[in-house]
Amino acid sequence: MLKIINLHARVEDKEILRGLDLEIRAGEVHAIMGPNGSGKSTLAGVLAGKPLYEVTQGEVLYNGKNLLEMDPEERAREGIFLAFQYPVEIPGVSNTYFLRAALNAIRKARGEEELDPVAFLQLVRSKMRILHMDEELLKRPVNEGFSGGEKKRNEIFQMAVLEPMLCILDETDSGLDIDALRTVADGVNALRSPERGFLVITHYQRLLNYIVPDFVHILYDGRIVKSGGKELALELEEKGYGWIEREARQTVGASAAGA
Amino acid sequence: MTTPTTTIEQLASREYKEGFYTDVEMETVPKGLNEDIIRLISAKKKEPDWLLEWRLKAYRHWLTMEEPRWWPNLTIGPIDYQDIIYYAAPKPRKALGSLDELDPEVRRTFEKLGISLEEQKRLAGVAVDAVFDSVSVATTFKEELARHGIIFCAFSEAVRDHPDLVRKYLGSVVPYNDNFFAALNSAVFSDGSFCYIPKGVRCPMELSTYFRINARETGQFERTLIICEEDAYVSYLEGCTAPMRDEHQLHAAVVELIAVGRNSHIKYSTVQNWYPGDKEGRGGIYNFVTKRGVCRGEGSKISWTQVETGSAITWKYPSVILQGDNSVGEFYSVALTKNRQQADTGTKMIHLGRNTRSTIVSKGISAGQGQNTYRGLVKIMKGAANSRNYSQCDSLLIGNRCGAHTFPYIEVRNSTSQVEHEASTSRIGEDQIFYCKQRGLSTEDAVNLIVNGFCKQVFLNLPMEFAVEAQKLLGVSLEGSVG
Repeated sequence: MLKIINLHARVEDKEILRGLDLEIRAGEVHAIMGPNGSGKSTLAGVLAGKPLYEVTQGEVLYNGKNLLEMDPEERAREGIFLAFQYPVEIPGVSNTYFLRAALNAIRKARGEEELDPVAFLQLVRSKMRILHMDEELLKRPVNEGFSGGEKKRNEIFQMAVLEPMLCILDETDSGLDIDALRTVADGVNALRSPERGFLVITHYQRLLNYIVPDFVHILYDGRIVKSGGKELALELEEKGYGWIEREARQTVGASAAGA
Repeated sequence: MTTPTTTIEQLASREYKEGFYTDVEMETVPKGLNEDIIRLISAKKKEPDWLLEWRLKAYRHWLTMEEPRWWPNLTIGPIDYQDIIYYAAPKPRKALGSLDELDPEVRRTFEKLGISLEEQKRLAGVAVDAVFDSVSVATTFKEELARHGIIFCAFSEAVRDHPDLVRKYLGSVVPYNDNFFAALNSAVFSDGSFCYIPKGVRCPMELSTYFRINARETGQFERTLIICEEDAYVSYLEGCTAPMRDEHQLHAAVVELIAVGRNSHIKYSTVQNWYPGDKEGRGGIYNFVTKRGVCRGEGSKISWTQVETGSAITWKYPSVILQGDNSVGEFYSVALTKNRQQADTGTKMIHLGRNTRSTIVSKGISAGQGQNTYRGLVKIMKGAANSRNYSQCDSLLIGNRCGAHTFPYIEVRNSTSQVEHEASTSRIGEDQIFYCKQRGLSTEDAVNLIVNGFCKQVFLNLPMEFAVEAQKLLGVSLEGSVG
């Protein structure tokens, strides 16, 4: 469903992604790990269409379409969802209102009927149970006054309601205590299905105990330098990123010698 | 590719849908201002002598006054008061007795603006007084309201049919010599609305006035007077639009509210959408208005809610004098300035009685090169023991060429009083827009959502139908070519 080929992207003059390749098929969960500054959040931002990033080279195909030509809202309507690392506050706009506007914008784009408030509330209630959300949270303005954990849970809740096809989680585990982590993971696992793909970006192996990935990729210096199964995450946890750095340097050295 | 900032700024410009002109046969007085013109206006309205005298007194006083020294943050071109037509009215086909005799063009004008003058087609629960240039052309539901003892009619009609009430209250809150524009209005005022709610009556429908400026080179100088007796309640709404023209037109109104009796309650809402001028600042209405209410009765309440999206320059400070003990004053305001619009608006809350309370919530939105100023005064006098005020002034900036200013003045002469003031300034963040877009909303919807969220506290105070209107208006005001 998603194919990234030789992707280069930069912020202002700084090149961050330097030739990234990745393919995600429907039903798969891919985890991306990597040290700070390796380009994890940039990858998430580029896929969602964040204006800050400029793609300088490469392509991204989403269900065969050129993703990079699409506006962020088009991507969302085509089923791409980004759970933000730092969810944004929108004062005065209730969570329910926001989410219904979003859902109806997506439904409209798909040629489906808009949901009326009653049908919407039913949908929302069923999703709230999965994430143990307090109904009070629905009435509150989007993310305003939410704790860190509540914000992250709210992201996954939105994801559950919008039912996207490709879910990108950008460090959703950061700042979560173990209980919140479990709740969030339950929410994600409930959404796993043969039609849906996941890109889980994380710093720590911990989250992957709960969301078990099919593939783990290690991002270093703007490229994927190593891929493997879920055991790669454990290996990384044990050996630390220093191991990857050394390996990466060797690979670069070897290819330089070979040239 | 456009940057997000320019996209947001483009959103701030749109066509002004109400900018059409209606070609009707008009009856006007010659340009300029002198005692003869005032006598002519008064004669056209067949006014009693006392009112003519009052007008002349105001005019003579006005001659001694200087045009206000504008606040340094307002830029305003010179106004030639001799180059304005002070009275313009559609020529009546016959005597204007019933709606059927109304010029169909005038009727169509209001219909185009979404104001139907046929009672059965009206939103249930809203009575309308329609003012076209200098005259009221129709008032709906008069008979039904009369059954409750409520008087709702054109000002000139009130002068004819209820002279004692008019004489008693006219100028009692805004005296003819109050300020330059109030004096000018007192001299030349044409029509406006008059409402009287008798003791113990809760007005069963919203009363509203729709003001339309149509004729070229005219000014509109209406006067509204609302009187509420003991235990009476009224909710009054006003809306206003004007054609698009390259020249500025002057609108200098006076509104007086009198909450006379115990527990009387007046709720006054405005959605102001006068022509704002074009992108370069050509044309648009100069909206210089004096609005003031007095809470005389114990426990009485006056509440101003305004949504100001139009006019080249808005200069108004709807105020409340809290005279009765335990009386309450409120001011809720949303002011939007875009392109080259300027707004200098706020309120004055004057606390005289004991245990008086006032609340001020002001939301300023600036886009394009708009300049938005909140200017307010909270004055607590010696006798106003245990009085309280809460003020909140928030500004939202869209783009990086606009401005927001806040000038709160506070004078407290009583140590048992409490005054609170909060203020904030924020910018619509690109991160907020991106967040909304990532959830499937268009940039336009995202901006509307964020702006409406910002204004929510004020919209909650508008009557239902009006809140929807206001939200839409704010929506279209920010609408534009995206991408």
